[in-house]
Amino acid sequence: MADGPGMVEGADAGVRETVDAVYRADSRRVLATLIRLLGDFDLAEEALHDAFRAALEQWPRDGIPANPRAWLVSTGRFGAIDTIRRRARFDATLAEFSAQLETSMQNDPAAGADGIEDDRLRLIFTCCHPALTPDAQIALTLREVCGLTTEEVARAFLTTAPTVAQRIVRAKAKIRDARIPYEMPARADLPDRVDAVLHVIYLVFNEGYSASSGGSLTRQALSSEAIRLGRLLVELLPEPEATGLLALMLLHESRRAARSSDDGEVILLDDQDRARWNRELIAEGAALVELALSSRRFGPYTIQAAIAAVHAEARDAGSTDWNQIVGLYDVLLRADPSPVVELNRAAAIATRDGPAAGLALIDAILERGDLAGYQFAHSARADLCRQLGRTADARSAYARALALARQEPERRFLERRIAELQDDGTAE
Amino acid sequence: MKYLCLIYSDEAAWNAMPKADVDTMMREYGAFTEGIKKSGHWLGGNRLQPAATATTIRVRNGKMSTTDGPFAETKEKLGGFYMIEAKDLNDAIQVAGRIPGARVGSIEVRPIFETPGD
Repeated sequence: MADGPGMVEGADAGVRETVDAVYRADSRRVLATLIRLLGDFDLAEEALHDAFRAALEQWPRDGIPANPRAWLVSTGRFGAIDTIRRRARFDATLAEFSAQLETSMQNDPAAGADGIEDDRLRLIFTCCHPALTPDAQIALTLREVCGLTTEEVARAFLTTAPTVAQRIVRAKAKIRDARIPYEMPARADLPDRVDAVLHVIYLVFNEGYSASSGGSLTRQALSSEAIRLGRLLVELLPEPEATGLLALMLLHESRRAARSSDDGEVILLDDQDRARWNRELIAEGAALVELALSSRRFGPYTIQAAIAAVHAEARDAGSTDWNQIVGLYDVLLRADPSPVVELNRAAAIATRDGPAAGLALIDAILERGDLAGYQFAHSARADLCRQLGRTADARSAYARALALARQEPERRFLERRIAELQDDGTAE
Repeated sequence: MKYLCLIYSDEAAWNAMPKADVDTMMREYGAFTEGIKKSGHWLGGNRLQPAATATTIRVRNGKMSTTDGPFAETKEKLGGFYMIEAKDLNDAIQVAGRIPGARVGSIEVRPIFETPGD
């Protein structure tokens, strides 16, 4: 971590190691509590760093406290009050604020250690507040909840550090000026607010998952961060859809090694070497799907995870239970109707009932005017035309998909398919 | 903290609404206003005359220009407002979500700048 505490000269090496370990394990928890106690993100971050600096100075001399986390919270809080008091000499409103803080501390001296997990949830819900733009929600969550540096967030989202910094500054200003509260959502709002958090986590995951290989290692780390966030959310708030999303991410992640060749070319599901799928992740994901389904309060993430689990549990593409997959797509279409879900259902039906049945469904979606600009509608259509021997139709559909494709490996994949059809075309 | 809830709606749709529906809506507004007076949120608010009655004023280089209408050509026009006192944004969103106009148009919730010493 670039902004870790271990930079102070002269600290005893063993203690420094302990402080670093506490920083890695607990700095986000301490920050979450300091934000609640101090009511301000920037003040809390400053206090966090002061507390860790103090730990490096004092722990070698006084020994490591029994409860390092509580020590850090209380040291950070005292430090912040000092800071405010010093500034208050020039500012009357700050004097009032520091007095308030001191009173609250006298009334509640043990504050900090209790309810610390609730503070982490408060932090997550505040960072993913719907009044913030999606970009800001993502940047703030990765920065404050995951502890990524601004530079790390920028690299992962292929943008510049000042852009990310600006987003975070604006988001914090909005939290302060519009008074976005640091609290758990009201019970009535909880489902919507959980959805917003899940959406941020899934966006982070997809950003890392869809990243092509080669030079994209920092982006793949996003998927790991998303899974970490997913685990944290399930631990703190075991809502069925949170469990479902974690399962979905684990099941997708299980195929990472098989999804592309060593030179970065795309490998489709049917052609993947299933020995390279991560069995541990599949087992964990499948168990979580069962858990979420048994709640009977599940939603789209859980259903998608169930579909991924059926694929994951098939020994090879041929032995996949397509009946079950089509059935799950029917459920998904009712829970979350969208043309993209319809398209995926059509592809499943094509595999179960033959390419002509699937093609009719895809053509119907495209005729309605939906998905005309969606690359995968055209590539799926092309694939079915190819299987039916409609070479000219397949070629033009691949060409349309190619015109819409943005990722290099996907473009090369489509170009290969078109070239193969041209070779076949001579025998037509 | 004070928030201004700006009620935007499509005036044409409002004008085309059957009288019975308009009456229902006005009763709902009456009940909503009573409700937020009781809960202590209400500071003020009213319906505005249609945007066609608006006048826009600008002063540039010391010279005042007066033009007809609102400054932005959008379908949704500012039709009314409430000024409320709320604990925080979540509280304000709860109130704004109950404004009857939220179901047909949209409500913009803006925190009011706090001047120290006020």
